[in-house]
Amino acid sequence: MIETIPIPGIEDFDKVYWENCSKNKLTIQHCGDCNEARFPPRHMCPICQSISHDWKEVSGDAVLWSFVIPRPPLLPVFDKQSPYVVGLVELVEYENIRIIGQIQTNSNIDSIKIGDTLTIDFKKINNEISLPYWVKNN
Amino acid sequence: MLKDKTAIVGIGQTEFSKSIDSTELNLACKAIKNALGDAGISPDQVDALGSFTYEETPEFEIARNLGFGNLTYWSQAPYGGGASCAAIGQVAMAIASGIANVGVVWRSRKRGDPSSRMWSHTDEKIFDHWKWSRPSGLVRPVDESSMLIRRYMHQYDYSRESLGAVAISLRKYANANHEALMQHKFLNLEDYMEARMISDPLCLFDNCLESDGAIAIVITNLDIAKKLQNKPAIIHAYSQGMNKEHQLMTHYHGGDPLESSSYVTASNLWNLSDYSPKEIDVAQIYDAFSPMIPFSLEAYNFCSKGEALKLINDGLINIDGELPVNTSGGSLSEVYLHGMNLVTEAVRQIRGSAASQVNNAKLALITTCDATPNAAILLKGE
Repeated sequence: MIETIPIPGIEDFDKVYWENCSKNKLTIQHCGDCNEARFPPRHMCPICQSISHDWKEVSGDAVLWSFVIPRPPLLPVFDKQSPYVVGLVELVEYENIRIIGQIQTNSNIDSIKIGDTLTIDFKKINNEISLPYWVKNN
Repeated sequence: MLKDKTAIVGIGQTEFSKSIDSTELNLACKAIKNALGDAGISPDQVDALGSFTYEETPEFEIARNLGFGNLTYWSQAPYGGGASCAAIGQVAMAIASGIANVGVVWRSRKRGDPSSRMWSHTDEKIFDHWKWSRPSGLVRPVDESSMLIRRYMHQYDYSRESLGAVAISLRKYANANHEALMQHKFLNLEDYMEARMISDPLCLFDNCLESDGAIAIVITNLDIAKKLQNKPAIIHAYSQGMNKEHQLMTHYHGGDPLESSSYVTASNLWNLSDYSPKEIDVAQIYDAFSPMIPFSLEAYNFCSKGEALKLINDGLINIDGELPVNTSGGSLSEVYLHGMNLVTEAVRQIRGSAASQVNNAKLALITTCDATPNAAILLKGE
């Protein structure tokens, strides 16, 4: 098993997404023709089949849809982190865009609840990749 | 048309164990030999094969070992736990359309060894859809399923105790089945509540077994089936299903993540069938993780959304309930072979030879993995 955190491989259709994450900005892919938002990023618009696309910066504010607390056996890097919280969060700016990210717990896992309102932050993994994660609002 | 044109006429398996000192090819050959023996069909009559894309024993090795005749059809179905009914349905369609006459579908798997778990082979750099989840620590199928059951329990106000009823019901069936790995292991609510967490809120007993073994079935057209020794389990209806925005194990980015591909499969299956959910005598529901049973019962319209766990706690899926489910113990308590044991158990129910037999079972539903693109088959007796 790999000892390091698995890293997203960068492809042509999500390069801008990862570049913006590295600048601590969350951007969502939109169709260049019909303007439909889509996540995860992909080559083609599922509504109008256009391959033209652009990126719009969003606040990253989100609501916690659900979460899990993985316990061993995990990949070694996550065994060391366990227990941690991974959430599926819904962006407040869109109805159906949900993103997976860790939820900062401040050593108080029991305080995390479905419906919590969250603010985004980014964790730098290397020069190319920063992963979004979310922090519960007080 | 496929309806009532083909039947499962033979079932075979190897021993089931945490660890078998044998190869997957060896196990596959034994299970297929047993299935053909059960059917009373000579290997040289086999002309069609169906398996899983995850199956590692190739068609030609199977054919060369067993001495099959000339093959005129073979296919493989993708998505692991979503594949069993698809592999069977595709061979049944080939037979119904006249391409072949006698088909074998098999799954052989040595899964007891922890190094065989697919997630443990995660690459340093991920280029497929898992790049959007695994780097955040959502790595295993159980984590992906756990996300959904926590939401479901929140939305419909259920506790862990309620979910425990699934694993406990299936364990009782396994206790009555001498082939089940968990035959002698009893499970009560206290054991369940004290079990270690694997992916909170899912604990050890919400997870399928890790096991070695092989299972095979034989399919023929109905003319051949009627001349054979066993009561045919007729393939009445079959459908696959994949909804919009589905990925391999999740539907997180679709309209409602709780509305799985099973809703697509179920809707088409019932449309193709002469029967309705309330007429079904017994169901074999794919259960890599316990939440898949309530999720599937709702998707297949046995009850309304949010109602399944309550009904399970009221006894719905027990042998004296309205819809006995996973009567051999299922993947949670009999054996985990990507759901092929659910197929053989459905056939035994139709034949009247199950360890926990449902009285006069005439209609048996078999489903596949609620979390993946999937398939289902409705079997009927004569």
